[in-house]
Amino acid sequence: MNFSNLFKIAYQAILRNKTRSLLTMLGIIIGISSVIAMVSLGQSSSQNINDQISTMGTNLIMVSRAYQRKGGINMGNSNSQSLTVKDVELIKANCKNVAMISPSVSTSGQLVRGANNWPGTMQGGSPEYIEIRKYELERGTNFTENDIKEFRKVCIVGTTVVENLFDDGTDPIGQEIRFGNTPFKIIGVLASKGQNQMGQDQDDIVIAPYSTVMKRLLATQYLHMIYISAVSEDACDKAVEEITSTLMSSHKLKETDTPDFEVRTQAELLTMMNSVSGFLTVLLAAIASISLIVGGIGIMNIMYVTVTERTKEIGLRTAIGARSRDIMFQFLLESAMLSLVGGAIGIIFGLLLSYVISMALNWPFIISVSSVVISFVVCAATGIFFGWYPAKKAANLDPITALRYE
Amino acid sequence: MPTIIKIENLKREFVVGSEIVRALKGVSYDIEQGEFVSIMGTSGSGKSTMLNILGCLDKPTSGEYYIDNIAVSKLSKDELAFVRNRKIGFVFQSYNLLPRTSALEQVELPLLYNKTISAKERRERAVYALEQVGLQERMGHMPNQLSGGQQQRVAIARAIVNDPVILLADEATGNLDTRTSYEIMSLFQKLHAEGKSIVFVTHEPDIAVFTSRTIMLRDGRVTKDVPVETKSAKEALDALPPSEDYN
Ligand SMILES: Nc1ncnc2c1ncn2[C@@H]1O[C@H](COP(=O)(O)OP(=O)(O)O)[C@@H](O)[C@H]1O
Ligand SMILES: [Mg+2]
Repeated sequence: MNFSNLFKIAYQAILRNKTRSLLTMLGIIIGISSVIAMVSLGQSSSQNINDQISTMGTNLIMVSRAYQRKGGINMGNSNSQSLTVKDVELIKANCKNVAMISPSVSTSGQLVRGANNWPGTMQGGSPEYIEIRKYELERGTNFTENDIKEFRKVCIVGTTVVENLFDDGTDPIGQEIRFGNTPFKIIGVLASKGQNQMGQDQDDIVIAPYSTVMKRLLATQYLHMIYISAVSEDACDKAVEEITSTLMSSHKLKETDTPDFEVRTQAELLTMMNSVSGFLTVLLAAIASISLIVGGIGIMNIMYVTVTERTKEIGLRTAIGARSRDIMFQFLLESAMLSLVGGAIGIIFGLLLSYVISMALNWPFIISVSSVVISFVVCAATGIFFGWYPAKKAANLDPITALRYE
Repeated sequence: MPTIIKIENLKREFVVGSEIVRALKGVSYDIEQGEFVSIMGTSGSGKSTMLNILGCLDKPTSGEYYIDNIAVSKLSKDELAFVRNRKIGFVFQSYNLLPRTSALEQVELPLLYNKTISAKERRERAVYALEQVGLQERMGHMPNQLSGGQQQRVAIARAIVNDPVILLADEATGNLDTRTSYEIMSLFQKLHAEGKSIVFVTHEPDIAVFTSRTIMLRDGRVTKDVPVETKSAKEALDALPPSEDYN
């Protein structure tokens, strides 16, 4: 019995029962395609998070207001009045691991230019804000310390804002737009940055001197956040310590007090998000693997029924000279072929699925060769493992009883 | 003519619970090449048990069996499979064709288990066998597109495709009407005339008359082993009244 004959026998048997073969494969198809899709999407999402976070800058440190408690009442963090311009000055003076620093206040409102208007966010910062947040000026100039001192109504706009407020081909530099009732003069345009990992459009932004935003738009003395860039990635942790102790003493807090601010680094965020998405990938892959096992049991189930149904065929094959080993290999090969073909279809489905989803979510499309190879090997192993028992049963049938079977 | 089958004091016992069923109680005979032997007997007399042993599907409890001078009782399971594949052709009462498989593929089947035969030769021999049984026009037909007689012809083609030493048939006309039975017997007679050796199990005397020797079994013993005055199946077919046609 040579292999090509055996192969022919097995595929003839499969083709003889197309519907049943397809149904047998269905479990494997679903199992493999979900494993592939889950692994691929898991990798895409963590790759996406990594990409996004590194474009935000790994040296980034954010100081935000903490929840404030007064007499046991949670005041929320948005009302908290803990961060001030004085804090920024102190950090600048005392923390030698801090390279750049920018206060941050923001407010949303309607942007108007002639007949066009657009709901936008006015972000107040220092001249260093752009660099800390990894924006780049495409055209025009940044604002200066002088602009801040004199509360000048100048701003730098993102491309989304330009597209929505200006007709094609108009140069926005030097033009005036209104934010609510306050006119601002555009002095620069940012290069496009696209969406961040939360799907937010980072080009939908207007940046102005923080002093202007605080005085003219918000009428407040307090900051929402402070953005800081450490001198290097390695200096982040030291910078966090310096900032924390500076703010503690500035806010007149003892070491045992709960701080009224929070200091977080981009690296922490990265680790946290990666561990979440890594855990999710493992979880999803585990669920998908269960469906693969269920698919394998499906093969075993149907092959087992098939052996009973094909008792007469087995008797006949024995009568015309098949050895029990030939019968065994035939059934084994049938289930292996079913699971391999099912696996191939499943891989195609899985890739298609992950392609469509990652395109829809604007994630990078990653095919992990190892997940494809592993799935295929698992498929063959599933077919052989779950095909073994029915094949053994077929091979052990007594030919005379088998021939008489009705 | 050389002896192709030789059995000596063959016994076959089945253990059923605490009882022992003696299906064959010491059977001996020789069959020479070119013989057309019928094995007769009532139901339960041991005919099928006999044929299964001749076909190497079953082993005797004791006694010797030689086919083509090979001592079958000494063979392993795999060697028995080899003998079935090369030296034996089986025809069954219920045809035993594979469902949804064309006549040509049915007939090719035994050759698939013979690795010395190429795909091309396999195809040629299957076509030739189907021509011999008169089904050259039906090669692509599935079993459900063929009449009972035609299905049995496919089964006969499958049995002769490996050019066996002996052709074994167990009640091969048992499922067929008289006319079709005679047609099948006429085909067996044609194959016999071309030199095939045949052992044909039947319980019907009017079928046994088309063979050339009858071995009578009763209760697992040979009670009679006589030459037959062979009748021509073709003539019997012509003599059938047309009224039986509707069957
Ligand atoms: N596998 C078996 N187990 C037990 N008894 C059997 C078996 N096969 C046949 N026999 C018995 O052997 C005897 C002969 O059976 P069989 O050869 O089938 O008769 P025939 O074909 O002449 O009708 C019967 O009594 C039958 O019951
Ligand atoms: Mg019988």
